[in-house]
Amino acid sequence: MTLPASLSRRAFFTKLGIFLNGLVGVILAVPIVRYLLSPVARARRQGYESWVPLGNLEQFPSGETRLATYRNPVVNPWDGDTADIACWVRNVDGTTFQVFAINCAHLGCPVRWFAQSSLFMCPCHGGVYYQDGSRASGPPERGLFQYHYKIDGGKLLIQAGEMPTPGHATNIVRGIQPCA
Amino acid sequence: MRLIASIGEWLDERLQIGASIRETAEHEVPRKSASWFYVFGSAAFAVFILQIVTGIMLALIYVPSAGEAWSSLQTLNHNVSLGWYIRALHGWGSDFMVAIVLIHMMQVFLFGAYKYPRELTWIVGVFLLLVTLGMAFSGQVLRFDQDAYWGLGIGASISSRIPLIGPFVVNLLLGGPIIAGATLSRFFALHVFVIPGLLITFVAVHLLMVLKLGINEWPMPGRVVRKATYLKEYRELTRNEGVPFVPGAIWKDLFFSAFILFSIALCAYYFGPFGPSGPPDPTIIQTAPRPDYFFLWLYAVLSYLPASMETPALLIGPVVAILALLLLPFLAGEGEKSWRRRPIAVLTVLLAAVALATFTHLAEHTPWSPVMDAWSGIPIPTEFLQNRTALERQGALVFQVKQCHNCHSLANQGGKRGPALDSVAVRLTQDQLIRQVIQGGGNMPAYGKNLKPAETTALVAFLQTLHPPGQSPARDASRSIALSDEAGKPASKNP
Repeated sequence: MTLPASLSRRAFFTKLGIFLNGLVGVILAVPIVRYLLSPVARARRQGYESWVPLGNLEQFPSGETRLATYRNPVVNPWDGDTADIACWVRNVDGTTFQVFAINCAHLGCPVRWFAQSSLFMCPCHGGVYYQDGSRASGPPERGLFQYHYKIDGGKLLIQAGEMPTPGHATNIVRGIQPCA
Repeated sequence: MRLIASIGEWLDERLQIGASIRETAEHEVPRKSASWFYVFGSAAFAVFILQIVTGIMLALIYVPSAGEAWSSLQTLNHNVSLGWYIRALHGWGSDFMVAIVLIHMMQVFLFGAYKYPRELTWIVGVFLLLVTLGMAFSGQVLRFDQDAYWGLGIGASISSRIPLIGPFVVNLLLGGPIIAGATLSRFFALHVFVIPGLLITFVAVHLLMVLKLGINEWPMPGRVVRKATYLKEYRELTRNEGVPFVPGAIWKDLFFSAFILFSIALCAYYFGPFGPSGPPDPTIIQTAPRPDYFFLWLYAVLSYLPASMETPALLIGPVVAILALLLLPFLAGEGEKSWRRRPIAVLTVLLAAVALATFTHLAEHTPWSPVMDAWSGIPIPTEFLQNRTALERQGALVFQVKQCHNCHSLANQGGKRGPALDSVAVRLTQDQLIRQVIQGGGNMPAYGKNLKPAETTALVAFLQTLHPPGQSPARDASRSIALSDEAGKPASKNP
């Protein structure tokens, strides 16, 4: 009857071994999970948006809506063309602007401007918006997303950097006053 | 021959697996289960092997970088000998795979094979369906073109609607704030490492259970599954009228797998690879993104859901559907297997099939989308312009210039978003036409601010000519009274 004693000692060591591996697993899980969550880390998320220039004011004549493009402020060398983002700039009356995201407020497809009928139309599910970005018809629940903008040194700048989605539209304010 | 046999003996002496392979091959299956209805699982497996082989071939050339992926696909299509064919095999393989997995699931459901003791086999099968769809979607992303780019945008927009954590899920899905290099890299990791790993694991468990529990017997009306007696009945069935799997049943699996693989090879040869469509440059907005075939039904559903239903349906719908599939064997784990005694099961399958087919068909025609270039590209047919007044022709011009044609068709050409206008004058009076144009409504934008009064007058004059010959336009019965004087005579002929 000496065997059970030695077995229980080995059984204890086995359990201890499993526990040690579990402990190391937990210790390793911390950096792995933090690595996986890096796109939503607080420090990075705050840096996603910044002021980017869209061009000189002369490019956006009064009363007209023009397509503008910018390079996303957060960018990697291997992003290629995907970091070039388009948006619609509406010069309301020469001093007031509206800058609309290209993404339809329904599911993010690129909306197109039709100057003749003053409508934005989406090719995916048929969302339509008026020239001020408000919803005209179709499945969208809301109007087009708008960027904050300011005018600085004759240039139009917008606060951009993150793809606007129905669940994340913090940068969207209607009837915003120019900052400068 | 003797050399091969001696090599085999040498190997088996060390590997010790010959006996278990032989046992697996010769295990008894119910004779009626050696049927042409029982070939879809093995065919899905055969296509899976094809996908692994062609996938590895593609990985030899493909560059999973947002800046390079699209041009590496062009290289595969045009500069690598038969690169186009490997791409075509992989693309068609994925379409066939999704289709066969769905047919397999339908057959298993109709034949009651999910009932005791095969509940877990069914549940693992549900996971296999999900990872197959995951492979299909992530594979579509790796074909990093315009459709992939905007498809990711749709995925992000749907994910963002999750309460509270939506924006975080979007960042995790995209690997950053926008669709870019990090997005493609993580979908590459998913498509090549994570999901195939899950798929292989699930397939192994699924197959193991089919072997351990035995293939489902041919369902007979009246032969009811009871947990207390089923295992004994199944053992007796295989003992009394069983045939060894090899060669009793496997030849049908082999024939069907060969047929499917040959069909994929033919489709790949005749129809070629899928895309890539335009480069993934988000500043090119002249595009109408569409998902791949197996997600077209979803694309259609998304355009028909009312705005208020959209978020609940998108977030709750899939959860309910998956839960229903997972709970099925627990809710109906016993009872009749034969579809002849399960009318609701048959109706469910028919309803699902009809719904899927209808939505897919609709998504191929996208009647809900404006035809973006109809106003400039599709002229009004001449019969609508002959013998018209100057004002009416001016109205036809307004009809084109103001993009009415993008949503409304004439002679079946143009948009299908709004109603066809070939006979609109029969449906609406002049006043109703003016009101509809100016105020919109019924899913039509209001054009009041975009049309000058003269343009509205001309447009309505043109619309009033749109009625079939011999059928007079709609007329407001009270109009002649309102316009007449007290004596009851018409005030003037043309007010």
